[in-house]
Amino acid sequence: MPDSTLTPQPVSENTCISIQNATISYGSYEAVKNVYCDIPRGKVTAFIGPSGCGKSTVLRALNRMNDLIEGCSLRGRVLFDGADLYDPSVDPVEVRRRIGMVFQQPNPFPKSIYENIAFGARINGFTGDMDELVERSLRQAAVWDECKDKLNESGYSLSGGQQQRLCIARTIAIQPEVILMDEPCSALDPISTLKIEETMHELKKSFTIVIVTHNMQQAVRVSDMTAFYNAEAVEGGSGKVGYLVEFNETEKIFNAPTQQATQDYVSGRFG
Amino acid sequence: MTFSSSHRLANGVPDLAYKQGLRRNLIARLLTVIAGLFAAIAVLPLIAVLVYVLIKGGQKISLTLLTELPPPPGLEGGGIANAIIGSIVVTLIAAVIAIPVGVGGGIFLAEYSRGGKFAQFIRFGTNVLSGVPSIIAGVFIYGTIVTSRILFGNAYSAAAGGMALSILMLPTVIKTTDEGLKLVSDDLRRGALGVGASKFVTVVRITLPTAFTPIATGVVLSIARAAGETAPLIFTALFSPFWSEGIDGVFNPIATLSVLIYNFAIMPYEAQNELAWAASFVLVLFILGLNLFARWLGQFASK
Repeated sequence: MPDSTLTPQPVSENTCISIQNATISYGSYEAVKNVYCDIPRGKVTAFIGPSGCGKSTVLRALNRMNDLIEGCSLRGRVLFDGADLYDPSVDPVEVRRRIGMVFQQPNPFPKSIYENIAFGARINGFTGDMDELVERSLRQAAVWDECKDKLNESGYSLSGGQQQRLCIARTIAIQPEVILMDEPCSALDPISTLKIEETMHELKKSFTIVIVTHNMQQAVRVSDMTAFYNAEAVEGGSGKVGYLVEFNETEKIFNAPTQQATQDYVSGRFG
Repeated sequence: MTFSSSHRLANGVPDLAYKQGLRRNLIARLLTVIAGLFAAIAVLPLIAVLVYVLIKGGQKISLTLLTELPPPPGLEGGGIANAIIGSIVVTLIAAVIAIPVGVGGGIFLAEYSRGGKFAQFIRFGTNVLSGVPSIIAGVFIYGTIVTSRILFGNAYSAAAGGMALSILMLPTVIKTTDEGLKLVSDDLRRGALGVGASKFVTVVRITLPTAFTPIATGVVLSIARAAGETAPLIFTALFSPFWSEGIDGVFNPIATLSVLIYNFAIMPYEAQNELAWAASFVLVLFILGLNLFARWLGQFASK
């Protein structure tokens, strides 16, 4: 666990995103509080925890997606390779080009499969061979075989699992450094889930991945590091406030957690 | 305690037959008849007006009607060609003003405003404006544009008429754009932002194309409404028995179908009265066509 001084910590080479004492509030209500977390480069980091513990909130804070929610504010720091994401001079669009996101519900654009991939690349000023980029992205997301014959059909013509992999391909196509996934499999069947998990194992060779999941087996299967969040009622507060309980290698979290709360959660005693 | 529903036939089978004389069945039949009657009364004027206009105006349709100027009072023959062109010109001017402003305003309301005071004020103003009688729009343009001769010294003009109509179109265009964009799923917006699109790119490339159909439908319907307006045109576009020529025609009084009907229907000449009926027929067909086009646009999207 990192120590808790308020000055920005020198960030080690292996750390991709460093969350330093982040407190995120919706209006005056604090959703999650005092989070310290160093997300390592080139690994899969899973956020687990019961509903309402703020893990999705923290994830969205990593690419400024919370900006879209009115009244949402962050105190503390989020450093991405040493750059403060919440510096007033930062353009959130630039942040999101480097830190892509895959959402809970598959949300392909109402365009052809090809255009779904090409859209992000084009608006990011991609000038290379678009056909090649589309094929490479779809292959990396393990959905190429299913849609290579219908690239000009609408993205909606695919099944839910295929749509989600299309969304992953779309994110890969802009060559981000980090991919955030907010419960990417919760709307999918087990077979599609398995395919996406296999995709993730491939992807971590080139990208840093942060995934929020409700499925603990999934965290065990895909992640190298796991952060366990929990929520507790605070005195004088209007509801529960989330906090980071424990952050460690996945194996340690699930087999030898240092905190009792983690032990209870991973063994299914609550939550 | 027994319910009638517990009644069974002699052989023990429950009695489920429909009973004519039961109170609830009598009331249900009575109310069905009343509802049907009111529905028939409601569509009666619609059908009567259409049929009357079709019969009275339909007989007059001929090539001369569509190609010639109206005759001077007292003479026979002639057509309403200048009014047909005039209606199209005035409606086009109105559309050119109202569509960019209205769609832009709708985009602001749906995508950029965060429901603040200013946006609430615009929404409220839009609702009020859509309820304002059309003659008020005409008086407003008369007071600001016509009497001040602000358009290159011209008083009554097609441009002024178009402006008056655009005021009537604005609320519909703003509202349909606003509603159409609100229907676009937030997932799509997040998806676009998630691949690094700026707000502008998201609106132009993702949300606007997705909401194209409701917006286009609303625009076409508002054009159809504006095309049939008379009151705002009487003292803005006025009327003209001549052709409007070139760009100069835009800044001079122009004939329109609705004002032609208004003028000719009350003239004491048979020929003019017949032209008014023919113009009604053409106007009804014009608006019917626009409405059908709007419906086609709507279906086009559901595919």
